[in-house]
Amino acid sequence: MFPMVVYLPRVSGSTSIKRGPVRQVLLGDEAVALGAVHAGITAAYAYPGTPSTEILEYLIRLSDQAGKPKACWCANEKTAFEEALGVSMVGRRALVAMKHVGLNVAADPFMNGAIVQINGGLVVAVADDPGMHSSQNEQDSRYFADMARIPCLEPANQQEAYEMVREAFELSEQFHVPVMVRLVTRLAHSRAVVRPQPPLAERPMKKPRDTRGWTLLPAYARMQWRDLLDRQPDMLAFSEASPNNQLVLNPERHDLGVITTGLARNYYFENFGELRHRPSHLHVGAYPLPVARIRELAAHVDKLLVLEEGNPYLERYLRGLLPQALRIEGKLSGHLPQDGELTPDFVRLALDLPGRRSVSTTDLPVRNRPPQLCQGCPHADSYAAIRASIEGLEQSLVASDIGCYTLGALPPYSAIESCVCMGASIGMAKGAAEAGMNPVFAVIGDSTFLHSGVTPLMDAVAHDADIVLVILDNSTVGMTGGQPTILPSSALEPLVLGLGVHPEHLHVLEAHPKRVGEMTEVLRREIRHHGLSVVIAVRECIETAKRRRREERSPQPGGAEG
Amino acid sequence: MKYDILLAGVGGQGLLSMAVIIASAAMKNGYFVKQSEVHGMSQRGGAVLANLRISDQPIHSDIIARGDADMILSLEIMEGLRYLDYLAADGTMLTSTGRVENIGDYPAQEEIVDRIQQLPHTCLVQADDLAKEAGTVLAGNMAMVGAASVFLPLEAEGLEIQIERLFRPKGGKVVETNLRAFRLGRNSLSCAAP
Repeated sequence: MFPMVVYLPRVSGSTSIKRGPVRQVLLGDEAVALGAVHAGITAAYAYPGTPSTEILEYLIRLSDQAGKPKACWCANEKTAFEEALGVSMVGRRALVAMKHVGLNVAADPFMNGAIVQINGGLVVAVADDPGMHSSQNEQDSRYFADMARIPCLEPANQQEAYEMVREAFELSEQFHVPVMVRLVTRLAHSRAVVRPQPPLAERPMKKPRDTRGWTLLPAYARMQWRDLLDRQPDMLAFSEASPNNQLVLNPERHDLGVITTGLARNYYFENFGELRHRPSHLHVGAYPLPVARIRELAAHVDKLLVLEEGNPYLERYLRGLLPQALRIEGKLSGHLPQDGELTPDFVRLALDLPGRRSVSTTDLPVRNRPPQLCQGCPHADSYAAIRASIEGLEQSLVASDIGCYTLGALPPYSAIESCVCMGASIGMAKGAAEAGMNPVFAVIGDSTFLHSGVTPLMDAVAHDADIVLVILDNSTVGMTGGQPTILPSSALEPLVLGLGVHPEHLHVLEAHPKRVGEMTEVLRREIRHHGLSVVIAVRECIETAKRRRREERSPQPGGAEG
Repeated sequence: MKYDILLAGVGGQGLLSMAVIIASAAMKNGYFVKQSEVHGMSQRGGAVLANLRISDQPIHSDIIARGDADMILSLEIMEGLRYLDYLAADGTMLTSTGRVENIGDYPAQEEIVDRIQQLPHTCLVQADDLAKEAGTVLAGNMAMVGAASVFLPLEAEGLEIQIERLFRPKGGKVVETNLRAFRLGRNSLSCAAP
């Protein structure tokens, strides 16, 4: 067992079981991290992203204390995935963690990583965010696993998260593919007791003798692709036999079969006690879809109810394109909403149970309380300057990006007009300028810039795009809780200059209430310049600064806010 | 036994510490516990919500069903009402009277209090005053844990042990202040516990 510091105290934990490590209270994310450690990983890589951030945070704390595994933040999800591929190639186990939209960024190494001959186990933990608690879409990562033709495990609770990560490493080495573990917010950010099992040792380094399996030249890639296709029946056989896919038939009744995937099982069981009859039930926790078990259930019942968290992935498969006798209810039939999180309440209604009685909730004196920038946030000063610089102009566009500063779209700032994906602000600004809009701003945070803003800035430099890029440099990854940026703030100016931005049109200014006027003047001047301008607006995030000062006063780790 | 608590408040009020203290005390008591929380964007000064479920049987759902919460425990007077549809018909609304007025059209205090008092089981706590009396405005959350302790299926002593554990890294003075807030909250209830 490794020593560890948990940022909230372990809420049980010291009760030891006879064999194996100590019981612990863990977030779903932390259970994933511990499962990876106990699977003997050598390294773990990620870029922060809600709801996946706590996976690496846990591993970094552990690594700071125990010296291993190697756990580090990366520039983005693509680089994280590639670093994990390198670990696998030389025979050792690696975990790479990301949020669902992070997998879009990592899609290139992910899709091609499925074709190489995975050596050391490679597990990709992807946390989807149904309900968009802190995301810009609700995409379901199971489609990605399907497209890459790799297995996916989907835990329904913290214990399964721990165990499935360990199993995923075994499968990865058995089938020589990356294996996905799909989480959702409600599991990632929920705590419960986990009983760990004895940990495994780290794998020895072992480079493959034949490296053709890692060299996707068309000739070799064709062989690898053929080989991956040939391994599909084995993956299906695994899934059909997996205890994660459990079928329970009720021999006395044929009216209803329920299929649950992942977390949906919890909501089904939550309501189960009130059902008059016990439906036949298949739970799917391992993919590829266990086709034979699904067919066995379908042959047994007149109607199937499909409960899944995320998109109607399984339901769509079941419906297919051709007419069929079996009735299928789920999201596509309107029995459950297609958007937002699944809840015990929605599942209740889909099971034809009456809605629960609650106290009267009419005429509540309640107002919306949207999230907002902290009091004293430096972004507010930059937004004040941007708004002042375009005031009175007939037209303008302020394209922006993903981070705390996206809250600048809301009143009282109402300063930004777009947020699409990491780094999009710069490319969109260039496109809008080339379509005739003027002036055009791109507003991006320092960490987002390092994640995905450097390459579009190259485009802007190459064509001297007539835009004003404002990099909001608060020296931290604010939205996800203040992780360090991949490079310090001092690297931004030389980086921007090195890309070829003209020094006369690069300004490093302080974002401060007393200096809004000065920043406004600079922005007005650069609006008049017909070409690329960059302003780096600098001031440390007030939350990060507060924490830093607190830590300087009392250097003990741990402890939560009072 | 099952006891479902919906914790409400505003980002930054210390909702998570409350959840952790109650959850850990429940776990020490041998109960099953699930505690679900919110991270990321919604934390920034916005409405925040945590689900805490305690039971002597295994718990399935991480979130509480509508009409099922035994208690809404709110750190802010308006926030508890936001989730009223989760409160069981015989559930308890236990809320601080404190206001976080970081929005423009905040309703009048009387209007909110009137609506809360229409509920069958209601308890208002001057948590901000109690926290100041204990020594810091930051301890309002522990005053609310103290008030909640009267209703919870847990011993006060077990909760105090967890408060001590949580704040120990910050020093003995911080522990004492928070314990004081807890006890002030516990002794403050004028409404009758069931």
